[in-house]
Amino acid sequence: MTHLQNISLPGPTITPITKPFWEHLKKGVIMLQRCNTCEEWIFYPRAHCPHCFSESLRWEQASGRGVLKTWSIVHRPGNAAWKPLAPYVVGVVELKEGPSMLSHILTDHSNLAYQQEVEIDLITAGNQPLPFFKVCEEELN
Amino acid sequence: MSAAIVGIGELTPVRYSENKTTLSLIAESVAAALKDAGLQKDDIDGLLVGPQVGETPQHVPATVAEYLGIAPAMANTVDLGGATGAGMVWRAAAAIQMGMCETVVCVLANKHEKGHVPTSPNRNPIREFDVPFGASGANTSYALLKRLHMEKYGSKQEDFAEIAYWARKNAQLNPKAMFHGQPLSVQEVLASPMISDPLRLFEIVMPVAGGAAVIVTSEEKAIRGQHLPVFLKGAGEKITHRAVSQAPDTLPFSYSIPHALDQAKMKIEDIDLLSLYDCYTSVVATTLESTGLCAPGEFGDFIQNHTFGHDGDFPLNTHGGQLGFGQADLAGGMSHVIEAVVQLRGEAGSRQIPDAWHALVTGNGATLSETTALVLGGTP
Ligand SMILES: [Zn+2]
Repeated sequence: MTHLQNISLPGPTITPITKPFWEHLKKGVIMLQRCNTCEEWIFYPRAHCPHCFSESLRWEQASGRGVLKTWSIVHRPGNAAWKPLAPYVVGVVELKEGPSMLSHILTDHSNLAYQQEVEIDLITAGNQPLPFFKVCEEELN
Repeated sequence: MSAAIVGIGELTPVRYSENKTTLSLIAESVAAALKDAGLQKDDIDGLLVGPQVGETPQHVPATVAEYLGIAPAMANTVDLGGATGAGMVWRAAAAIQMGMCETVVCVLANKHEKGHVPTSPNRNPIREFDVPFGASGANTSYALLKRLHMEKYGSKQEDFAEIAYWARKNAQLNPKAMFHGQPLSVQEVLASPMISDPLRLFEIVMPVAGGAAVIVTSEEKAIRGQHLPVFLKGAGEKITHRAVSQAPDTLPFSYSIPHALDQAKMKIEDIDLLSLYDCYTSVVATTLESTGLCAPGEFGDFIQNHTFGHDGDFPLNTHGGQLGFGQADLAGGMSHVIEAVVQLRGEAGSRQIPDAWHALVTGNGATLSETTALVLGGTP
């Protein structure tokens, strides 16, 4: 994915609430919020727990692993900046910790399978590492 | 429920508009609805509009009221994407019941100019957590939901393609439909270009220019109208999420359809027309599964074993749906309301459903996020 360096893609529009998530990625770790009251994991970052409305949250390192809930091979990207990279794969990853996130899936199209185990693969576009995912190494052996 | 639809106005969709503004199309749609209802503009004392009217992103109700030359006692923006049209109808009835107004015009329109690519006004969290990963626009979001259905239930591309086939087939009896004169075979759907796998081109609505308005009024006023009034019998609505990644693992219409039927004191078997929002084939699939006509995951068997024309077992989107009619942005959702009114009045001509008494209308916004269902009927 080194070719990502050569094109200008729309990066994340970071807010004061979400900034720690992106800053931790710069250090190579994926940290998610966790509720001090109900212990549920939270994604995307918020100022409160959407499960119990507690405002007492902490940042905790996550496994960076999950299963592929669904995916699409994008042939006609909605955003022009992505056109040179099509076809590519986006998917919804259900993280081991519970929440789901949308991400870019770096894999051969033939490896795509429902509930396929995937792991984080930090990719830097611009100066911000993005939590892309790839099929777990052991799954491919 | 004590409100009814007494006027409808729908512009014939065109691929691209020229020399129009959204406001001018709104005015054309309202004028057509007033004429249909036999009312004057000063009879209107309530106004419901959509968001993001081209000429003004803010103060939309006031701008539209001023443009039309009316002074409503109730005015609001309804912002439910494709569910906006259906959502307007019960909100109009609620405002009438509250005594805020008596006659509400609900209007949506869209100019669509050649060469102008509309850019999404989406902001965070979607802009922050979807767009940087390559997911922009509805096609990819709906492709993700369709893929999930296929993997979870084993539903097949051929089953989804049938939905596009029926939409186009029904559009052949509607001269106003964008695809009138252009039927489509299942094979052609399956051979159409892949847009966002597993969604192909002919499973996706075509964006067009157009507009639609309906007039909702009190029962007392409705029974003095020049058409058979079409009453709001029941409604249901649920908003569950915004981004596709946050969609719950439930059938999208599992709350709103039963709620609407319960309010109407009806069962799905009492419904003569299914007027189901169809921005994509897969939306009709999951909506059918929410009606109880087939179990979750079993729309394929249902679609393969029944017929869906005006003379079929289950008349479905007899105007051609948006897949056959075209989608004039939010006005596309209103086309499902308008077809229900046309059928329940008995004014559908060559596509008239025999003995059409009750219709189920659905609307869906964002990524199966905002769902609205209405039961409309020819008797109070
Ligand atoms: Zn909590």
